[in-house]
Amino acid sequence: MKILAILRVAVRALRRNKLRTILTMLGMIIGVGAVIATVSLGNGAKSQVEAQIASLGQNVILIFSGSFTRGGVRSGWNGAGTLAVEDAFAIEREVPEITLISPELRSGTLVAAGNQNWSTSILGEGADYLDIRMWPLAEGSMFSEQDVRSANKVAVIGKTVADQLYPGMKAIGQVLRIKNVPFVVVGELIPKGLSVMGQDQDDIVIVPYTSAMKRLFGATTLRGITVQASSTKALAPAQQQITELLRQRHRITPGHDDDFTVRTQEEIAEAANNASQTMRILLAAIACVSLIVGGIGIMNIMLVSVTERTREIGIRMAVGAHGRDILMQFLTEAVALSVVGGALGIVSGVGGSRLLNVYMHWPTLTPVEWVFFAFIVSAMVGIFFGFYPAYKASQLDPIDALRYE
Amino acid sequence: MNPIIQLEHVHKIYHTGEVDVHAVRDVSLRIEKGEFVALMGASGSGKSTMMNTLGCLDRPTSGKYWLDGVDVSGLDRDELATIRNEKIGFVFQGFNLLSRTSALENVELPMMYVRRPVKAREHHERALQALATVGLAERAGHHPNQLSGGQQQRVAIARALVNQPAMLLADEPTGNLDTQTSIEIMGVFQKLNDQGITIVMVTHELDIASYTKRNVIMRDGRIVSDLPVTDRLLATEELRKLREAQEAVQLVS
Ligand SMILES: Nc1ncnc2c1ncn2[C@@H]1O[C@H](COP(=O)(O)OP(=O)(O)O)[C@@H](O)[C@H]1O
Ligand SMILES: [Mg+2]
Repeated sequence: MKILAILRVAVRALRRNKLRTILTMLGMIIGVGAVIATVSLGNGAKSQVEAQIASLGQNVILIFSGSFTRGGVRSGWNGAGTLAVEDAFAIEREVPEITLISPELRSGTLVAAGNQNWSTSILGEGADYLDIRMWPLAEGSMFSEQDVRSANKVAVIGKTVADQLYPGMKAIGQVLRIKNVPFVVVGELIPKGLSVMGQDQDDIVIVPYTSAMKRLFGATTLRGITVQASSTKALAPAQQQITELLRQRHRITPGHDDDFTVRTQEEIAEAANNASQTMRILLAAIACVSLIVGGIGIMNIMLVSVTERTREIGIRMAVGAHGRDILMQFLTEAVALSVVGGALGIVSGVGGSRLLNVYMHWPTLTPVEWVFFAFIVSAMVGIFFGFYPAYKASQLDPIDALRYE
Repeated sequence: MNPIIQLEHVHKIYHTGEVDVHAVRDVSLRIEKGEFVALMGASGSGKSTMMNTLGCLDRPTSGKYWLDGVDVSGLDRDELATIRNEKIGFVFQGFNLLSRTSALENVELPMMYVRRPVKAREHHERALQALATVGLAERAGHHPNQLSGGQQQRVAIARALVNQPAMLLADEPTGNLDTQTSIEIMGVFQKLNDQGITIVMVTHELDIASYTKRNVIMRDGRIVSDLPVTDRLLATEELRKLREAQEAVQLVS
């Protein structure tokens, strides 16, 4: 069979009705474009979530005050934390799988330096916090164990805070006033950029948790505890032991809910994965619907085309075309419609997600395999929805077709 | 030597609704290579049905049909299509050219369905040659709507010739043309016939039939007369006479 000749006839037939061809393709363009754009967005968000989870550190266990167990609602959380500093000491002492631990407090406050003001988050942490988070410093050093014990007025600040309060200056050694208490900046963090939620992760001040409790907030409880286990295998047993230890310390009798939550990094990753799984199923459903709509458009136009060109089919058959030749001709036209539409859809989907990335700063990432997949599926849509009209054409009787007005 | 066409007791019955139409009744016919036959008869006498059968567009309800020694009465759709492609050139009353397609490409069409591959360059050469045979080489790039009826019919004849068929079948090829153009088309046929091509054509015009060599007359699906043409007209002669007459009219007026 002369595929080139068939293609030429197909292209000519499609160009003869330009507007109709474009409108038919539009179904595929919009369908495939929407799929590629949403996949790019979903994929971008997913990889950022993954990066974020990885940025928690390695083999990290997070312990929060309050419980999320009842349908995601925090029960046993009355604003005041339920975790005491002693709980952190007990975990460090009694759970052998733990390598690093950092008690945590957090609050938003106005900070000042000279005549500059800035509203930021104050994080009270242990001396090992940056090691757990694997967050390196750009300059200076982390406060020491001694600073924590003595509740010294020292702070490590993020890039945003440094830029706002000490523009054009070295931040190390400067004075930072938090709630009018003067702290000395000892370290500046490497910038991390925006989080998935669009929060500035560099807009942060880290001080010893002891200083935060005594000198800033007058707090007696912790917001949470960040813990690092010795290995991935140790995560589950460590989680188990921490839970038992805290229940015992908080005197929670069997049958009552925890007043704290222990989550491993794996569980957090899994939860994020489950959320994106739901997204993926939704996407697949949208993809199916839009491709079916596009396919029906193609089928409709091909049926019209077969009717309009009945005489042409008769002529082709009279000079020797087999049913198979006619079938191939119309199938080629249907596939050309769907594949060109699909390709334009891919281009507009990729382009659209680029635009969202550049102008809206949404994270996007177009997976190459989806581009291939979209292309193959486009071709299959053409074959599937083009088959019936093409088959109908191939079964025409040459005499009837020639006589058709 | 085999006859090019041999029909034996061919019947064609159309089953439509309640009544069956017996369009061809017990026709036996033999046409040798190189003949030029006119199939004549009143409207509805079964001429087109006969032509469709001869042209392998349709199968007889019963009876045998040998085309160039091959029994084609039992062939299936695709086998008939191959026969049409290789052995038969068809010319229709309504030309049946593809619109918005150049004359050259219309002539190339049958080569698109040749089972053994033909080179693209050969396509052009053969199509141009066929157009030259009917005297239209310089109109190769024209579309049907840029051509007169006679020229369109010539393109159709070129298309019928391009695969070098064993015979040319034409169903009222001059039915849509004026007298002079009709004679011109008959001239093309006579030239082709002189080169050895077998031609069977349908006409209900007596004068057109007298350009052929043999007249077969049908009535109610049967052959009622089959005679050689005695006073055969030559298209070149008639065209010359016509032109002289036209000039004479112009001289007088
Ligand atoms: N496809 C068809 N279905 C039913 N009857 C038909 C069909 N084609 C032709 N006929 C009938 O067969 C008879 C012969 O028709 P046809 O061969 O077209 O005659 P002609 O070409 O001599 O005018 C007519 O009565 C016509 O009505
Ligand atoms: Mg007829």
